[in-house]
Amino acid sequence: MIEFETPKPISQQSYVLKTVAENMMRPVSRYFDEHEHEIPWDYINFMHMAMKATGAGSLAPKEAPKKDAEGKERPRIGYQMLAFMLEMLSWGDVGIYLCTPGGGLGAAAVQSNGTPDQNAKFLTRFGEEKPAFGAMAMTESQAGSDTSAIRTTAVLDKEMNQWILNGEKIFVTGGQKSLLEGNGLVVVWATIDPSAGRAGMRPFVVEAGTPGIKVTKLEHKMGIRASDTASLVLQDCHLPFENILGNPEVLQEKTTTGFKGAMATFDATRPLIGATAVGVARATLELLKELLAKEGINIRYGLPRQKLTNIEREVIDMEVMLRSAWLLVIKAVWMADNGKSNSLEASMSKVRGGDVVTKITQRAIEIMGPIGYSQDLLLEKWFRDAKISDIYEGTGQINRLIVARNILGYSGRDLR
Amino acid sequence: MYSFEPSEEQKMLIDTVSRFAHSNLRPASHDADEEGQMPLSLIKKGWELGVLQASTPEAYGGFGEHSSVNGILAAEEMAWGDLAGTLAVMAPGLFVVPILLAGSEEQKNEYLPPVVEGDWSPYTAAIIEQQYDYDPNELRTNATLDGDYLIITGEKSYVPFANEAKTMLVFASLQKQTQGFIVPNGLSGINIGERQKLLGINALPVFPVKFDEVRIPLANRLGGINGHDFSPILASYWLATSAMALGVSKAALEYAIDYAKDRDVFGMKVAQKQSIAFMLAEMATEIEAIRTLTWEAAWMLDTGKEDAYKEAYMAHTGAADMAMMVTDRALQILGGHGYIREHPVEKWMREGRSFSLLVGMTII
Repeated sequence: MIEFETPKPISQQSYVLKTVAENMMRPVSRYFDEHEHEIPWDYINFMHMAMKATGAGSLAPKEAPKKDAEGKERPRIGYQMLAFMLEMLSWGDVGIYLCTPGGGLGAAAVQSNGTPDQNAKFLTRFGEEKPAFGAMAMTESQAGSDTSAIRTTAVLDKEMNQWILNGEKIFVTGGQKSLLEGNGLVVVWATIDPSAGRAGMRPFVVEAGTPGIKVTKLEHKMGIRASDTASLVLQDCHLPFENILGNPEVLQEKTTTGFKGAMATFDATRPLIGATAVGVARATLELLKELLAKEGINIRYGLPRQKLTNIEREVIDMEVMLRSAWLLVIKAVWMADNGKSNSLEASMSKVRGGDVVTKITQRAIEIMGPIGYSQDLLLEKWFRDAKISDIYEGTGQINRLIVARNILGYSGRDLR
Repeated sequence: MYSFEPSEEQKMLIDTVSRFAHSNLRPASHDADEEGQMPLSLIKKGWELGVLQASTPEAYGGFGEHSSVNGILAAEEMAWGDLAGTLAVMAPGLFVVPILLAGSEEQKNEYLPPVVEGDWSPYTAAIIEQQYDYDPNELRTNATLDGDYLIITGEKSYVPFANEAKTMLVFASLQKQTQGFIVPNGLSGINIGERQKLLGINALPVFPVKFDEVRIPLANRLGGINGHDFSPILASYWLATSAMALGVSKAALEYAIDYAKDRDVFGMKVAQKQSIAFMLAEMATEIEAIRTLTWEAAWMLDTGKEDAYKEAYMAHTGAADMAMMVTDRALQILGGHGYIREHPVEKWMREGRSFSLLVGMTII
């Protein structure tokens, strides 16, 4: 049956998270925006404690369905809960949200690519006493959208039964915290055969404290400044054999399983990025409406376009964009929760989320004129925070490519 | 709970309507637009699917409960086949649905069964006005009280089947509120003009209707002497056009995809060019996004949510923009061939422009 009722556990979670956003994020938004490489420990420690208590937070929940009072299976809502959580925290401050402890994209990569043993081995650290962070290192200076162009190599030393990694990664979200603050990990994508292109790509777990990997740079960014974006250099970084994610037998052959695993990770996380985009957009639109109301400008819904003022028309268009973008995210995560293949919807929700938050933040400042442009308000910060949504974890253009291939029934070779 | 899965019943409804749209409506679509006429046999066949009847309670001649969600599911499928045909099939709903939503018990009992239980018959409603800023909430057609009567004066436009309808609902402004009035055709003062020629939906006959101090009994006011709330009717108008906008847009997208995959250009298919592929991706994404918004709005209306009216308005506004964008791009993707009436895309583009302005043309 077609339904749009927010499940109680989610409403309850939203209530709590809104309080977190209002009290632990918004008041320090400007501070961490101005002090780019300081770490929001108050938020981190609070979230770590709260997430341990509730068991929430992993970017790829795989909890067993619970039974309700009558013994019937409850509908799975794990991904939906995550989407709502990320939306609300991003509504608070998306840069600070990206500092949330836990596995992050790294854990998602482990869950998408690793064996059950590897899951157990690598993921328990995120539930321990102290906060720990997970990250994923894919991008290199010459390889962004074209992930198959990565040059970080992994060579198997058969005698020592160890992998030796060499290379440089850039734009690693949380790269510094994962390696240097707590017992975290980074999943590094390297090639075991540079001539094989995609077929040679494999994910490797590099745990905090491993010699041979260094943080060489922290980027100065347009926005999401609270989040550390790191460059990592791997120089003869030795890893135990078991740190390659996936089934060992498969690993030796030339196979695109690795690459597909990366893409599977993204299928799971794409709608969640859409959710973070929606959060920033919602914060912007809500503030815009408040500011306009103070000027005596209220939106008259129900009028034909010809009677709307320009500002009313813009705001209504933004509301339509925002709500429809959010519902696309919900649909994509609902499909994930219900075991339906959601590659199309995941990419659609990322295309739309990125597009919508860019447009909404840009228009909001335009409408608010000199007031919107000033740092007196967080509006200009959200404009800066918003832009990355259309870029990381698959640009809007790459995601359009994925949507197009899907609706055209084309492979990557048919449509480049 | 969130769910995007239609129920078994809804799936059957979609399937039934879809088959009619594929097998009957679509093949007749082109000629109907050229000739300005949809065969009556086809309209009657569409009526027999029972979409409106399934949305009317048994007490009034139907066999279901009114459901906006079911309505939009059916409307999208049918409009995919042909928009004018859909508007024709659903025209009696223009009379039935407002009475169902806002009529008094006596009015429902008197007016609904003959329409719902019978074959398709041209019942209709007059609401649209020939003003650039036509506003269903601020109509220029007026109704004034005169003892036991109401006097209606004004000019209506785009009234489907006005020349044949025995009875119509007329919406006018009474004490600054939009109210509906049951008006038998042929009353003194009613003047039906010549059939209108439009940019699109040519197969649907629509007429201007003048009301020159037309007298009707007070009891003919929708809802009875104390009238009714217009907003659920307006919300239902919005949802209906949104759903049909989705149907037309989906048709255009599919056609453009098929063409692009077939058409050779520079040694490859035109669909293999990023600019075209990206256009298609954006069209598909926009349709999917507006569909979820329309579904939510319909569900909100069905479940009596406070913001249902606002969300239906948002769906309408989004769907109007979406349909114009998608149908325009579909024509563009067909290039020169898209401009020729042999292909349906130019017709869909002409229809694509209608959804923002023809509020009141159809209802679910």
